[in-house]
Parts: sequence; C-alpha cells; structure tokens
Amino acid sequence: MSLSNRHLLGLHGVPKEDIQLILETARTFREVLERPIKKVPTLQGKTIVNLFYENSTRTRISFELAQKRLSADTINFSTSTSSAKKGETFKDTVRNIEAMKVDMIVVRHQSAGVPQYLTKISKANIINAGDGIHEHPTQGLLDMYSIREKFGRLEGLKVCIVGDVAHSRVALSNIFGLKTMGAEVSVCGPATMIPLGIESLGVKVYHRIDEAMAKNEVLNVLRIQLERDAGKRIPSLREYHKFFGITSDRIEKHNREIVILHPGPINRGVELSSEVADGPYQVILDQVTNGVAVRMAVLYLLGTMH
Amino acid sequence: MDIKAKIIDEEGFNRTVTRLAHEILERNKGSQNVVLIGMRTRGEFLAQRIKEKIKEIDRSEPSYGTLDATLYRDDFRTRLKQPEISVTDITFDVNDKDIILIDDVLYTGRTVRAALDALMDLGRPNTIQLCVMVDRGHRELPIRADFVGKNIPTSINEEVRVRMKEIDDEDAVYLVNAPSKN
Repeated sequence: MSLSNRHLLGLHGVPKEDIQLILETARTFREVLERPIKKVPTLQGKTIVNLFYENSTRTRISFELAQKRLSADTINFSTSTSSAKKGETFKDTVRNIEAMKVDMIVVRHQSAGVPQYLTKISKANIINAGDGIHEHPTQGLLDMYSIREKFGRLEGLKVCIVGDVAHSRVALSNIFGLKTMGAEVSVCGPATMIPLGIESLGVKVYHRIDEAMAKNEVLNVLRIQLERDAGKRIPSLREYHKFFGITSDRIEKHNREIVILHPGPINRGVELSSEVADGPYQVILDQVTNGVAVRMAVLYLLGTMH
Repeated sequence: MDIKAKIIDEEGFNRTVTRLAHEILERNKGSQNVVLIGMRTRGEFLAQRIKEKIKEIDRSEPSYGTLDATLYRDDFRTRLKQPEISVTDITFDVNDKDIILIDDVLYTGRTVRAALDALMDLGRPNTIQLCVMVDRGHRELPIRADFVGKNIPTSINEEVRVRMKEIDDEDAVYLVNAPSKN
C-alpha cells in the first residue's frame, strides 16, 4: 500500500484509501510515542527542510519532532532570520536550498498555492503546512484522527465547524477530508464569516450555535483570527462570545455527549470559555499529541515511497 | 502456491510446538521470568500457541506481546513496494526479562536484526532468545536461533510457507518454488 500522490498539498481530491492509510499508519506511530525511546530509524539519511514563511509554534514544533523521531535530518528556515529579508525571491531561495540536496520540503506560506508552485520548481516531496486561507492538510488529518479515536469511526458522524470559516484553511481541509470519509459536515458562524455558496461543497450552514450544538456530535471550533482582520467582521469579541462562544451552560443545556476540537492557539473567553477549554468535552491536547503521530505517518509514507 | 513438498503436517506441527515449549521451559528453568514476543504476523500466532502449551505444562502464564519491526528495517531504500506497518503491542515492562522472540521462518536474519533493535528501544531485557518454526539457512548476518522447530536446508529459488489455522485453513509447513520475480 502506498499513497497515490508523492506530495501532500491539500485534502481536496485525496482518495479515501489514502486518508485511511495515513490514519492507520498514524496508529503505529501513536504507539511509538508511548515508548521510553520515542525514536525509530526509519528515515535515516533523509533531509527535510521546514520552510516557514509565516509564524507558527505548534505546527513547526510538531513537524520538527515528527522528523526527529523518524531520525531524519532537519533544517529550519524562517523568514525573519533568512536572506528573504535581503530581498531574495522565493524561487531563488528554494533553488538554493534544493542545490543542497534535500528530500522533502514542509512549507508554510501566507499565499495560497505556494506548495503547488513548489512542486514545479523542486524535485523534493512537498508537504503543505498551511498556505494562506487555502488548506492545512495535516491539521485536517489530525482532526480526523482525533475524532476517529473518540468515536471509532468517521462515517455518518455529524461534525460542525464553528467560526470564521471564510478565512480558515483548517475549515477547508476538514470539509474536504471529512466529506471524503463519509461524515456529515456543517458550518456555523455569523453570516460575515460564512462564505457565500459554501453549500456547493455539500455542507449545511447554521447561524445559531444552539441549533448547531443540538444537531452535531462534534464541534471543531476555529480560532477567531485577529491577524486576518476578523475584527472587521464582528462587532466585538464580547458579542461574538455571547452568540457563538462555547460555554459549559450551552453544553449542559443540550444534555448530550459532544466532543470539542480546537486547532489552537485558543482565545479564551472568545470562541471557547476557559471552563470548556479545560473541561471534559474537549480533546485539544490529544489533538496535539496525535498531530505528531499523523505527521510522522505522512513523512513516513512520502519519504519511503518509490 | 507451487508446492514442492509438505514438510510438517497438522499433527507434526502440534508436536513441534509442544517440544519448543518444553525446551523454552527447560532452558529458562520455568517460566517465571519469561515473556513471549511474537513477530507480526505468523510469529504472533505461534507465540500464542506456545503460551497455551506453557500454560498446560507449567500451569503458569507468561506475558505475551506482539512486535512490528517494520520501522527498523534496512531495506526501505531498495525495496520496490512500501511495506505495510502495524502496531506493536507490548504492554509490560521488558527490563530484566528473558524475552523469547518468536517468528515463523528464519532466513537472512535481517528481520531479526530489526526486531532486536526495536526491542532494545523498549528497555534492557536480561536475555533475548530466538525461537523459530523453521530455519531455512542462507543467513546474511551473524544470527542464530536458540529454539528451532525444524531445520530445512533450502535453495535460494525455494520458499518456506508456514500456514496456521488462525489466518490460513490449516496448520502445516510447505516447501514451495519461489514465484518468479517479474
């Protein structure tokens, strides 16, 4: 069994068998992470560059840890400390890095489509770690892994993505991946944050959080991204919290099991109340642990492909 | 499957498992410190059978786990097909234990090498002993088995197939012609 594509650019169009293979493989690595020595020699001799043009804590550390635990050699590149500051073009930077013989590139960039472009100018396997408001496939995969871990399945599950769907790459990757796996996906948020015509992706739209909570088993709650001008689309953070924030009261009112995911970093008191962020319904820290396993799976499957 | 000979039948298979269980108990003076680790896939079932036998003979039940050593293999760069990996399931502490590593066929020794590395990452066992159903020769590494069901000298063009009821329809060992590689 191998993946059908040698890059992971997004979950759009990725066949069900591939997603299944990644999730199954991640289970193996989840076990490795429980061992006293959390390292296997599988990618010995492979060189991986983490090309981060946009800030990141979780994703970069997660990728780096995954690479180290597979014994790959890793190089970190971030714009703030590189020659990109001196005006070198993206293409030149990549060409130069490639001249040093790298096998894989993990890329994060503020512009959608950069990973796709990379596949044209580099021979390495490309993994998208978030491109603009397009996709963030490994986040989508780790969300699916975490949901599946909780319910034992994805098919037929009702999952609602809550928040600024219009500017979220996490939302798109979740929608594509979950739909492929047979889940029923919906989105919920103020009208200014739900893109027009999103129904064409086969998702239901809610504008009231209580209705969404009554009808779904999983809420994937997105972060209100102030750096992407979320403030212009809502009157105030307080008002957003009042109408869309997930609170213990709201959960208890529905009196049923509900699982809450959040890609982090959390704005406490905005999309989640502190109580919920630390409460029994969330799997936020499991998501982080699973993230390393899922990324190991992706690196393994792409890195050992022939 | 292009069969050349049936080497062990069902009765023989059961007798061999019984002997292996006795030998393991003899060498380790009982089963107090013994843990059985089967290698995916058939080694796993063989380990279960040996565990049942030890239970019958010694009235004790050694701990039992399964190991997948795929991630430690040395042939990722040369193989054409990506190997499937499954989960290692060893829930007990291996430190200071006498580990019996169990597999169906011993051939080049490369899988065993990978398994040894994998086990070392789990702790520091007292000893690791190797138990196989069939030793077919052609070693490429300095590895030998401590307990052998049957030695079958083979040619490179032959293969040994161990079949077990858990996943096949019978208990038997066959010598077959290797499928041509094209």
